[in-house]
Amino acid sequence: MHTVLRSASKTVTIGHDQPFCIIGERINPTGRKQFQLQLRADDLSRLAIDVEQQVQGGADVLDVNMGVPLTDEPALLGRAIKMIQSLTDLPICIDSSIVEALQVGLETYEGKALVNSVTGEEDRMDLILPLIKRHGAAIIALPNDATGIPATVAERLTITEKIVRTVEKYGIPLEDLLIDPLAMPVGADPESVKITLETIHAIRERWGLNMTLGASNVSFGLPYRHAVNAAFLPAAMSHGLTSAVMDARTPLIVEAVRAADLLLGLDPWGGNWISRFRAIEASKMASESARAEA
Amino acid sequence: MNTEEIIKALYDQTLAGNAPAVLELTQEALTMGIGPDSILFDALIPSLEEVGARFERGDYFVPEMLIAGKAMSGALNVLRPLLAETGAESIGTFLMGTVKGDVHDIGKNLVNIMLEGAGFNVIDLGVQTPPEKFIAGIREHKPDIVGMSAFLTTTMPMFKVNIHEITKAGLRDEVIIMVGGAPVTQEYADAVGADGYAADASTAVRLAKEMIKQRRDKVLV
Repeated sequence: MHTVLRSASKTVTIGHDQPFCIIGERINPTGRKQFQLQLRADDLSRLAIDVEQQVQGGADVLDVNMGVPLTDEPALLGRAIKMIQSLTDLPICIDSSIVEALQVGLETYEGKALVNSVTGEEDRMDLILPLIKRHGAAIIALPNDATGIPATVAERLTITEKIVRTVEKYGIPLEDLLIDPLAMPVGADPESVKITLETIHAIRERWGLNMTLGASNVSFGLPYRHAVNAAFLPAAMSHGLTSAVMDARTPLIVEAVRAADLLLGLDPWGGNWISRFRAIEASKMASESARAEA
Repeated sequence: MNTEEIIKALYDQTLAGNAPAVLELTQEALTMGIGPDSILFDALIPSLEEVGARFERGDYFVPEMLIAGKAMSGALNVLRPLLAETGAESIGTFLMGTVKGDVHDIGKNLVNIMLEGAGFNVIDLGVQTPPEKFIAGIREHKPDIVGMSAFLTTTMPMFKVNIHEITKAGLRDEVIIMVGGAPVTQEYADAVGADGYAADASTAVRLAKEMIKQRRDKVLV
């Protein structure tokens, strides 16, 4: 099953036979005071830096969230998407829980976007899925409902089943559905990541769907988080995870993902791995010779 | 072990999050005739205070805080009925809930642990708490403080809704209202008419204590 995302000029394919799709997560003001103040003052200049860092780091898609309290989020998100599409040709994952913001985002976006996200709650699906259908976009769906985050694999699968049926009812192809199997902090519950891995495996076996999750969540509250994230992703990939919303600025994590591509047969003969090595060597050489000249 | 040693052991084992040892030591201390209030105020509360201080400094991490909290809760289950008999007063009652539409509870639970650790009587309404449940909770438990947690920019507006409903029910002057959660800021807390905001669990406890004290002082004046 292939989920195809497009910008005006670039196509990205997510699938179990494809290299892992890195959705760069940093274009998001949550917890960033300075950035929030700038956005509230209509200053979007910081976006350029965040976009540059995610692209340089190796993101395949960019997650864009403009959730700043006490602002007009739909308008802000629309402007941000327009600006980012002028800076990069990577496809965008439009991230908001406000339906009007998703609507403005989809209307503004050029290409086929991914939308982050809808839950398994019927009223949310009835609001968001028609938008997805109308714009021919792809959607991330979380198998949780009004009662909370399900603790067991079985409950997550029951809600996934409901999501799959509803998505089909709205005439959206299953290729355009990504399930988020819910990654929770392992520091708050030692069993949580095992549940996530089993859920990933079961979803792949049962529906063959593509999946994504917020990878940094697993290491919340722990020291040396990057290493925990870097260990988690290859494990999740080997269970069937095909993409993740993650911070592409950290080489340790990006390299773990690209190495796992190679190990899992998603980068035959190491073409991508070797090119990556050559690119890094070349940029090292370039900066060394620049230093020598200076 | 003498009294001093057992209090010290309780303090250390709580700090280490060793729930079985804390439970066993609590029972042993009670058998020796150590008062439940002494176990609470000389061992458990100072230990949780130290946990909070270490967490704030970045020396302690979330799992360590959670297991210390679990260790203390185990002891509290034994001590609570005994403390009620002795008529020991809690420093305040705190009614806590994650707002309607929001299922996130890790941050809320950390704050609960630190509040309990500081001697508060904490009543947790859980996640997805609608305004009417907050109101019923206020009527039933007569808390000093109501705490509301939200993790999403889309669920934060529930603070305002809740506060409005609490005001409409004529209960606004009965309680101090504190808000918190990842996207929440002081500015936002002010905008929705909350009395207090804290960015982390330790600060929340400190603020809660201060606000209760201020309120009691005011009543005395």
